[in-house]
Amino acid sequence: MSTTTTAPSAPTAVSRRGDSVFAGLATGAGLLIMLALAGVAIFLIIEGIPAISASGEQAYGKDNIVVYVWPLLFGTLLAAVIALLIATPLAVGVALVISHYAPRRVARPIGYLIDLLAAVPSVVYGLWGRAVLAPAILPVYAWLADHLGWLPFFDGPARTGRTILTAAIVLAVMALPIITAICREVFLQTPRIHEEAALALGATRWEMIRMTVFPYARSGVISAVMLGLGRALGETMAVAMVLSASGLVTINLISAENPSTIAANIALNFGNASGTKVNVLIFSGLVLFVVSFAVNFLGRWIAARGQVKA
Amino acid sequence: MATSIDISDLNIYYGDFLAVEGVGMTIRARSVTAFIGPSGCGKSTFLRSLNRMHEVIPGARVEGKVVVDGQSLYDPSVDPVAVRRQIGMVFQRPNPFPTMSIYENVLAGNRLNSKRMKKAEADDIVERSLRGANLWTEVKDRLGKPGMGLSGGQQQRLCIARAIAVEPQVLLMDEPCSALDPISTAAIEDLIHELKSDYTIVIVTHNMQQAARVSDDTGFFNLKAAGEPGHLVEFNATSKVFSNPDDPSTEAYISGRFG
Repeated sequence: MSTTTTAPSAPTAVSRRGDSVFAGLATGAGLLIMLALAGVAIFLIIEGIPAISASGEQAYGKDNIVVYVWPLLFGTLLAAVIALLIATPLAVGVALVISHYAPRRVARPIGYLIDLLAAVPSVVYGLWGRAVLAPAILPVYAWLADHLGWLPFFDGPARTGRTILTAAIVLAVMALPIITAICREVFLQTPRIHEEAALALGATRWEMIRMTVFPYARSGVISAVMLGLGRALGETMAVAMVLSASGLVTINLISAENPSTIAANIALNFGNASGTKVNVLIFSGLVLFVVSFAVNFLGRWIAARGQVKA
Repeated sequence: MATSIDISDLNIYYGDFLAVEGVGMTIRARSVTAFIGPSGCGKSTFLRSLNRMHEVIPGARVEGKVVVDGQSLYDPSVDPVAVRRQIGMVFQRPNPFPTMSIYENVLAGNRLNSKRMKKAEADDIVERSLRGANLWTEVKDRLGKPGMGLSGGQQQRLCIARAIAVEPQVLLMDEPCSALDPISTAAIEDLIHELKSDYTIVIVTHNMQQAARVSDDTGFFNLKAAGEPGHLVEFNATSKVFSNPDDPSTEAYISGRFG
């Protein structure tokens, strides 16, 4: 250090007004989101706590809050999972057609059409599910109950089309555009040199997709499915209109006795609720909030893990 | 196994745009043929038309004849997938499959061709191909590791091993050394010399010394003018092209007066 003649001067930070204004705006926006989230969580917790001791009449005739919320949670998860089982293969297929199979002239309109599905209001889906899909699908349920009745899912009896399965189909249609749009984007980002490597080895288009596109897109597809799951879990109006709910726990998908979902149950009952019943409904909302949060974190965790591997 | 390729009156299009015009030549079996020329003159495009990789790009098409082993590649009855299994290709940038191990990368082509393979047979192909690509001693202890963990030169030799694992008749190389350092380049050039005894090799290069070092025949491609299609100016034995070329523009290019 003794030979150093001039001490290196620390670079002085130059402050520009545009930069600081933008930084302030961005920080403010970020903080606002945190505040809104925290506000919702605090509201749900404060208003939900009195429900823990609710029983009997206050808990809609159930012994305690757990017995009340569990069937609703079960119905929510069941409808969402079935919806994704239907929507995911369909969305991946449509996304592949758009990204790798259809000529560009055809692919673009298909993409727009799928995106348009996301623009349809959920109440319209509800109307369609109840007035069109439910009666139309009843014969299918009758057939399932007759021929596959030995499976617990199709025990029947099939007397109405407004079942949890119909609700799940409607949810699948609603989740489809989100999953498709994200899958399409990640499929298109597959590096060209990897696709050409596969093709030059004599891979057919499908083999090329299996060798390069799917491994590359795996974590993106999982994120897409988790976003779709988030939409299916929280969807209210469509389920409330379609489902003929009786609030029990069953895996029979096509009978007239269906589990309800948390969101639909709140929408249907909140208007007439008073006293502790309000707290009970808010508590069920808190449960949904926590589940949605957990699903999102799980999705991000899986996606992050997949990226390290790739 | 190695075969010659006869090309006559080949026109290559991207949509309506004529990229390469009127190419005719005979590529000899068990020899190295190099294509040189300025950027955008259609060397790579022409190379890609030899295993029908050209038509992977939407709108791309070819007129004319490419005959390998008496069979026209562009005959309507010929499946492009089958062509690519016979004519291997190595690309400009090393492109091992990122999710596969070294072992699986070498076998990728074989797994496409035949679904079932005994473990011993697979081990055999991997060792033979990696030895053929001069990579075996460097990676034999880490065959299960990802191919992306290798250096650029090793990745490129892995890609060559992957290409020769399926025992193609012809090996096409599209500027295989342009992303590599001089030592890795020397390793690949040595390898090309060795592979010549078993395969017909066609290589595109921007490096004229490389063409002079590795090839037996050289084709010089050029553009008549900007916007005009590329064409084959001269095709001769490499020694002749680099010492006494027929065409004055070949000599101008080789001596560095343009391009």
